[in-house]
Amino acid sequence: MDAAIGALAERIRAAAESRRPLRIRGGGSKDFYGDELKGEVLDTRACTGLISYEPSELVVTARSGTPLAELEAALAEKGQMLAFEPPHFGSGATLGGCVAAGLSGPRRAAAGALRDFVLGVRLIDGRGRALTFGGQVMKNVAGYDVSRLLAGSLGTLGLIVEASLKVLPRPQQEITLGFEMPAARALQSCNRWAGLPLPISATAWHDDRLRVRLSGAASALRAAAARLGGDALDEPAAAQYWTAIREQTDRFFAGEAPLWRLSLPSGTAPLALPGAQLIEWSGALRWLRTGAAAAAVRAAAAHAGGHATLFRAAEKQAGAFTPLAPELARLHREIKAAFDPAGILSPGRMYPEF
Amino acid sequence: MGEALSLTKIDSARQRAVAEALRAFLPAHAVLWQEEDTRPYECDGLTAYRNVPMVVALPETEAQVQRVLRTCHAMQVPVVPRGAGTGLSGGALPRGDGVLLSLAKFMRVLRIDPLARVAVVQPGVRNAAISDVVSAFGLYYAPDPSSQIACSIGGNVAENSGGVHCLKYGLTVHNVLKVRGFTVDGEPVAFGSEALDAPGYDLLALAIGSEGMLAVTTEVTVKLLPKPQAAQVVMASFGDVETAGHAVAAIVAAGIVPAGLEMMDQPATRAVEAYVNAGYDLEAAAILLCECDGTPEEVADEIARVREVLARAGATRTSVSRDEPERLRFWSGRKAAFPAVGRISPDYYCMDGTIPRKRLGEVLNFIGEMERKYGLRCPNVFHAGDGNLHPLILFDAASADELRRTEQFAAEVLEKCVAVGGTITGEHGVGVEKIDQMCVQFAPAELEAFHALKRAFDPKGLLNPGKAVPTLRRCAEFGRMHVRGGQLPHPELPRF
Ligand SMILES: Cc1cc2nc3c(=O)[nH]c(=O)nc-3n(C[C@H](O)[C@H](O)[C@H](O)COP(=O)(O)OP(=O)(O)OC[C@H]3O[C@@H](n4cnc5c(N)ncnc54)[C@H](O)[C@@H]3O)c2cc1C
Repeated sequence: MDAAIGALAERIRAAAESRRPLRIRGGGSKDFYGDELKGEVLDTRACTGLISYEPSELVVTARSGTPLAELEAALAEKGQMLAFEPPHFGSGATLGGCVAAGLSGPRRAAAGALRDFVLGVRLIDGRGRALTFGGQVMKNVAGYDVSRLLAGSLGTLGLIVEASLKVLPRPQQEITLGFEMPAARALQSCNRWAGLPLPISATAWHDDRLRVRLSGAASALRAAAARLGGDALDEPAAAQYWTAIREQTDRFFAGEAPLWRLSLPSGTAPLALPGAQLIEWSGALRWLRTGAAAAAVRAAAAHAGGHATLFRAAEKQAGAFTPLAPELARLHREIKAAFDPAGILSPGRMYPEF
Repeated sequence: MGEALSLTKIDSARQRAVAEALRAFLPAHAVLWQEEDTRPYECDGLTAYRNVPMVVALPETEAQVQRVLRTCHAMQVPVVPRGAGTGLSGGALPRGDGVLLSLAKFMRVLRIDPLARVAVVQPGVRNAAISDVVSAFGLYYAPDPSSQIACSIGGNVAENSGGVHCLKYGLTVHNVLKVRGFTVDGEPVAFGSEALDAPGYDLLALAIGSEGMLAVTTEVTVKLLPKPQAAQVVMASFGDVETAGHAVAAIVAAGIVPAGLEMMDQPATRAVEAYVNAGYDLEAAAILLCECDGTPEEVADEIARVREVLARAGATRTSVSRDEPERLRFWSGRKAAFPAVGRISPDYYCMDGTIPRKRLGEVLNFIGEMERKYGLRCPNVFHAGDGNLHPLILFDAASADELRRTEQFAAEVLEKCVAVGGTITGEHGVGVEKIDQMCVQFAPAELEAFHALKRAFDPKGLLNPGKAVPTLRRCAEFGRMHVRGGQLPHPELPRF
């Protein structure tokens, strides 16, 4: 263990002993995400750097404090990428925060989520012990899949000190097509297209305009564009558009109204909730700006077979995340206790009871 | 390996009590306890290890599964779930003091939603049957283990099974959206969602690959993909295995992620060719099969690129499947590799280590050394794209000495996989077979974390106990060093 990691482990051990909560933090770009931030900040940024990257193995391993931008630049240099297009939400975003938040961007429906690309993690648990799970190989079923459990755990199970991710080649080409259509038709079209062998890598609908990004070999894009119709956006504008969706800098995301993230079965018809919507992932992800009561939003999502997260809001009295069924809540408490018996790691960030 | 589970003696009073308790709600044909009925369940695909179960339960409804679990839990009887019994690590090896819970009667496809591209199926549905029933919609279920005509989706979930197309399309964990079932005390649980994520921890990822130790699966929602318009396979021959290994890296380095990328060495191709006549080049020391899929234009482009890379990487011959029957014939050989090898030897023992691809040459040379050291032959088939090796040690189980040598051979190879930075199992699971090698791959604190997770789901340790995660005491007795990141404690010392 090198000095930076040793120091973090020591802080955690001491905190466990004195039962003083810690909140694990990289660049703080996702401080807004989740419930309450309690405890003393434990900054991961000293623990930084690429550990190994071999393009022909399709794996990158880096320390958690490594700036996400730096990591992605290193991949881009070799013509590769993080295929789940993680949102940074700020220039300070780190790899550790990215894995702990578990969020994925526009390419998610086509390429998979962050958790699908996690191959291994090293972490320090709530007792200050260094543990390693998974590894740097594509297939690994030795022991329970703790690495993927860490993805999206919001720092409540341990401090991720290092992560190995599967990477993919960048597509040879991308084009974006635009269509005028209302939500219901956009949802129908996106789902129908997703069932056809077309190289669709992202979709976003807002304000009666659907944009569809295609990625792949030039020949495949030509054939698909001919089949789908629509008008091609010019390239720089399209790239800017997808960045604005991924980073939530699009105008849709500006302003004060609470922002809800609804994760739904993709075929769900447009929800009859007040407020503006932006629909991604062929309908599986719906952003909603609304002042509607949390209970109404959650009920609509549950009714459709999904869940609703209060993503950005000045006030999160209702809890950021959809409450868990009793048996799942029990399992969560037990799992939390297994990794962090003193309950000092980011308590209350995910659910008030742990 | 078998020792922890050698609970072969059946207590007949206990057997009667348990069978009677189950008979209170299950029909007679669903509770087996006479040896002639229970004997067929004594092993899974790892036939070297056998135990006749005390009782076999064959429920047909979720309510019955729940009652089986509640009854066993109340009586403190261990329960071992079983799908189709094709597992290769003894995960479904029964116990003489336990109930074998077969999910074989859960054979229904419950719902297909072609628009949302999902199918909801019962756990006993065979892997290949899913693709068959959704085929009319132009869809398929991507993970395709070679055992796909026999293995169940419930078993696939338990093992996180892969197939020859998982480099591009992922493993079970990437293609299952939701799993419903029961914890060992009969509490209903659902992990995941028909949406693309669920609130809280990713318990779906935890459940997949948990070898039937955290919950019993009674329903699986799988993601379906559109069938590619076209697919073709390039078959390439190489004069030695190491060059073939470099060719694999060269393909990936060229920015190509093929739909499938498999390797077989000459002993494997010869066994296969005699069995299925796949049209392999028998003069080659190794062959690669590289599948490209997509639109016809895309496939043509990619095939051209692949051929160019292969030629530069030293392929002595390449040929491309001319039509669909020929493509399927190329794959039929690869998919029949295990049974083909089964024909040339009384028994074979399949390993499943995964390594960083760049260490392939080194590991294959090591396997060659082990063949000489133990006097046993070992053909190799290999999911080359993702570094997953399946060396097949040929032996005769009738000879206790050969079995012992085989186990030592396998143990050394698995430990070598860990030493080069890989893992002891890529897709077949630990089960009872590789439990000692877990001590090599994981440090005590990590094993303890696994046990703690197990306790969260199963505090009494009644669901498939003794599999997959060794006790620390067992590791102490096994006495093997834990190695980390390819670094042995004393790399300067010769190890084997
Ligand atoms: C010839 C051959 C080729 C193979 N090729 C491949 C391959 O290419 N890729 C690959 O990954 N595997 C392969 N396998 C291994 C095997 O087929 C897979 O592991 C398969 O997923 C096992 O499914 P099953 O239904 O037979 O499960 P079983 O063998 O019955 O059980 C396997 C494990 O799953 C648990 N289990 C089963 N059903 C349930 C349930 N409903 N709920 C909870 N736990 C359950 C059992 O307890 C056990 O631990 C091969 C096997 C053979 C014999």
